[in-house]
Amino acid sequence: MLNLIVSRIAQMFFLLIGISFIVFMSMHFAPGDPARIIGGPTATESDITNIRISLGLDQPVLIQYKDYLLGVLQGDLGYSYQTNESVNEAIATRFPNTLNLAIASMIVAIIIGVFAGVISALKQNTWLDVFTTTGALAGISIPNFWLGTILILIFAVNLQWLPAGQLTAPFWTVEGMKQLILPAITLGTGSAALIARMTRSSMLEVVRSDYVRTARAKGVKEKVVVFVHCMRNAMIPVITVIGMNFGFLLGGTIITEQVFAINGVGRLMIDAIANRDFPMVQGSVLLVASLFVIVNLIVDIVYAFIDPRISYD
Amino acid sequence: MTEALLDVKNLVTSFRTADGDLTAVREVSFSVEQGETLCIVGESGCGKSITSLSVMQLLPKNGKIKSGSIQFNGQELTDLTDEEMRQLRGNEIAIIFQEPMTALNPVFTIGFQIREPLKIHEGLSKKAAHQKGIELLKQVGIPSPEKRMNQYPHELSGGMRQRVMIAIALACNPKLLIADEPTTALDVTIQSQILDLIDDLKKRFNMGVVMITHDMGVVAEVADRVMVMYSGEKIEEADVETIFNHPQHPYTKGLLQSVPNVDDKEHHLEPIPGSLPSLKENISGCRFYDRCEFATEKCRTQSPPKFEASEGHVVRCWLQEESTDERKSSYS
Repeated sequence: MLNLIVSRIAQMFFLLIGISFIVFMSMHFAPGDPARIIGGPTATESDITNIRISLGLDQPVLIQYKDYLLGVLQGDLGYSYQTNESVNEAIATRFPNTLNLAIASMIVAIIIGVFAGVISALKQNTWLDVFTTTGALAGISIPNFWLGTILILIFAVNLQWLPAGQLTAPFWTVEGMKQLILPAITLGTGSAALIARMTRSSMLEVVRSDYVRTARAKGVKEKVVVFVHCMRNAMIPVITVIGMNFGFLLGGTIITEQVFAINGVGRLMIDAIANRDFPMVQGSVLLVASLFVIVNLIVDIVYAFIDPRISYD
Repeated sequence: MTEALLDVKNLVTSFRTADGDLTAVREVSFSVEQGETLCIVGESGCGKSITSLSVMQLLPKNGKIKSGSIQFNGQELTDLTDEEMRQLRGNEIAIIFQEPMTALNPVFTIGFQIREPLKIHEGLSKKAAHQKGIELLKQVGIPSPEKRMNQYPHELSGGMRQRVMIAIALACNPKLLIADEPTTALDVTIQSQILDLIDDLKKRFNMGVVMITHDMGVVAEVADRVMVMYSGEKIEEADVETIFNHPQHPYTKGLLQSVPNVDDKEHHLEPIPGSLPSLKENISGCRFYDRCEFATEKCRTQSPPKFEASEGHVVRCWLQEESTDERKSSYS
């Protein structure tokens, strides 16, 4: 297990360097010059040249990348072209919001997804099954900006039960949780639907397996058959889906943060892209990519705990 | 004659499918006494496993016992609630399945799986169940049982897993053991070890055993009585010597002829031509008609009743009508 963690972290290191290279290059070769945006419409050619020199944009791209990478390796993500704010600080202030949103959505997705999947597998071909599978299809199909808007209209504007956006209170307070509910549902619905589908098909396979019949033949109570003997086996493929979904979810935070006016990394990224604020974009993408890799490492570790047949030695 | 441990009468089991109801077991009757081994023989798909699953009431969701009675120890099993039946399973009636590779749960240790019935039926603590589990593993001939308790099924060979299954089945000293092709998936050398083990444990605990198999070699080794099934029906039943020495039904004869015999060089393996009729087919006559070399017009149109060829030897074939007086068996 330790081997796995060490080798994964080593892999992650190279992976992130690769990602930083791709993001760096795609930003630099994309149309739009940050110096022009900073200089504004009234800047003269010489102003722009000066800005380019001050940002180091006059250097060859590979030299720029080398300087950037050296900074990153020392923990310095650079400074915003736009506001001159440190990228580290900008991300540090916004990241907790994004992380809270992502985790809350994942919890919503897992609870709803696993529950719906199990119910629909156990009640296969009944109206309950049809209801949940149709719900899952809808959940996958509904775009989350639309769902977010509708939820705001219903629960914030009309019923006034929940706040319409922004995460101002800490998440462990009642107010903080109330603020998280709508965005978490908005973001979690798609993942919940995917998890539900996976749980259903996995569960259907497991309930027909020989070892479940053995459990019944031993006189094991039906509840224990389902929640102990079936669940642990059925969860193995579901865990993978959950891990993969986390990436999807992080991407989704960009839209959800926009809809609910949440000051998170997603919004930071959108603004930075619009302003050609290279260091900010690179920093945010690196962060999201690291998060995705870490979550998948956690998934692999959980995997080995659930399924004894998996060994990483 | 002592009272039967298991007494099945006119069991009919059917499955609900897209093609309508299919009957897999047709009016099958048999009984097993304590300390007796009954072998149910027949080719794949003849309904022998479904018969045993009907007794355990472990049929797949779309399967249902349509009619008939299953008496176990004088108790009618078809009248029991799910909960009452659950308390019987693994406790008084136990079953071993064909595939030891898939019959154990891959994500739990052997110890967990063997402790389970002990905790459920005998109310043992985890510690006591663990001790008993070790003894059980020892009893079925598993070396270093303490170590095995903490291992997972994938760390054991097929033969070892089947021994574990037997240990689990015997955990609560069942009165009846159903073994559904327990050796089919195993090597020949392991097969006889497992059969000997079951036979040995049967004698020691005076259990009734229902052994399901398609292997006449297994029958010769373990059976006291044999019931031959074909296409969901019982077509012949007798004690083991009679079945081997005086088989009456053409299908039983065919089964015996398809077993290789090394002592007799003249012996030709003779496969039975054709295959089992589909459950969907509506057959008014004998279900073996298409494959039978002695078939007559009567066989095609009328289903044969049960004839008693000799005492305790029941045959369902029109050929018996000529050789015996037409005495229908008293328990048809």
